[in-house]
Amino acid sequence: MARHIVATTSEIPPGGNKVVDIAGRDIVVFHVNGEFFALLNRCPHEGAPLEKAACVARLTSPEPGVYERSRVGEMLRCPWHGWEFDMRNGQSWFDPKRVKIRSYPVAVERGEELQKGPYVAETFPVHVEDSYVIVEV
Amino acid sequence: MSEVIDRPLRDDEKPTATRLRIVDCDVHPSLRSTDDLNEFLPKRWQQHLREYGSHLRTPYLFTTPYPRSSPLIARRDAWPPTGGPPGSDLAFMQKQHLDPLDVEFGILQVLDLFIFSQQNLEFGAAIQRAINDWQLAFWSHRDPRLKASILVGQDGVDLAIAEIERCAKIGEYIQINVSPRANEPLGRRRYWPIYERAQALDLPLGIHVGGYGGHAPTGGGWPSYYVEEHQSNAHTIAAQLASLVIEGVPERFPKLKIVFIEGGFGWIPSAVWRMDQHFERFRSEVPHLRRKPSEYVREHFWFTTQPIDEPDEARHLRALIEWVGIDRLLFSSDYPHWDFDDPRFAFKTPLTEAERKKIFSSNARAVYKF
Repeated sequence: MARHIVATTSEIPPGGNKVVDIAGRDIVVFHVNGEFFALLNRCPHEGAPLEKAACVARLTSPEPGVYERSRVGEMLRCPWHGWEFDMRNGQSWFDPKRVKIRSYPVAVERGEELQKGPYVAETFPVHVEDSYVIVEV
Repeated sequence: MSEVIDRPLRDDEKPTATRLRIVDCDVHPSLRSTDDLNEFLPKRWQQHLREYGSHLRTPYLFTTPYPRSSPLIARRDAWPPTGGPPGSDLAFMQKQHLDPLDVEFGILQVLDLFIFSQQNLEFGAAIQRAINDWQLAFWSHRDPRLKASILVGQDGVDLAIAEIERCAKIGEYIQINVSPRANEPLGRRRYWPIYERAQALDLPLGIHVGGYGGHAPTGGGWPSYYVEEHQSNAHTIAAQLASLVIEGVPERFPKLKIVFIEGGFGWIPSAVWRMDQHFERFRSEVPHLRRKPSEYVREHFWFTTQPIDEPDEARHLRALIEWVGIDRLLFSSDYPHWDFDDPRFAFKTPLTEAERKKIFSSNARAVYKF
């Protein structure tokens, strides 16, 4: 697994995403409530681009007439057929064992930490005052 | 079986390398705004559109159509960067759909202005006529892959016949589209003059699901939820198939071709088996039928594939396709709507190259004579 610096934290606004190409894989990095998640940019069903997915809440109902919203912004709703996935691990809401989006570990590290380590990439000049989103593929 | 796709796309899955050129029997263009119709719509009806708009037979205010799952029932990635609703920008449709999927022909299906559900028949006829002209001017003439249909509302039969004759003289339309939810079941004798013209002109009759005819879409009444309504498309179209067959339309018009669009095909085996079974028992009630219903279905009807059914086991889909008949199926994507089927991934069962060619191209080429 290699670590790839894909963005500065300020580059992806809350609720937004950025698509990056890592080793031929089209990967989309989402920013939700201060956290970052990286997923393959492709719905496992028919291949829809997940960068266009809606970031929605989990809506549950313990019984007809009672509704609860939770984990606001952490569920992905596919832009075509509406399949829902958990952004944290790519698992589908309706069939978590069988259907999932490939997800990748994400870290956020400060520039000065990166400068000390082996991860200074020439194509991503590092500024010590900024933080970076790092995806492991 | 995991459906995780953790790999780059293979070459044969990449958009530029579809394995065969396809005919897409259901592409939805949209008006960018109703002003697009001004050059085709008499001032009298422009004014009517502004002042009164649509008059539909629907049960409650604001219960109809949008957003129904997603705004304008569209794919969230289908909004043109230039603005306007999904399906309204030809260049974007070419870039997102026609070119990458190698669409050889795309058949336009216009739903704007609830075109088949207008209860003011003259207003309905005026916008049908305007949209028929608009299909050529804004789409077919700018991209010859895109084929237009003659849209008519069958409840104003005289108006429909006049429009069919007008368009037939132009000679560029490839089918006649009527409402899936007219005021009466489609097999009724009052609609036969339209079927007679379709046969005489050798134009298939296209019936695209949806719309609001005023009757509840299910035998059990009006659905509460969109998921229920969407399910009801299959019931409605099954009822229309039964009406057309049992009232004797294929018997009366032996060369008529009928294409059901966007109704899927999972419901067909049971509907046809039941019709055949009842025909054996109640033959004396319908002596005008000289053959089993299934025989009429297998000769006169075609079905577009979207929304494709997705059984858990691929062999069930395979069996379904065989029961319906490889020759009866015409590929359709429903671009740019939310339940779009991608031709590369929608058929989750093995097909031979010959079968693929039939479903994705040659069946439609034969029906529409491309």
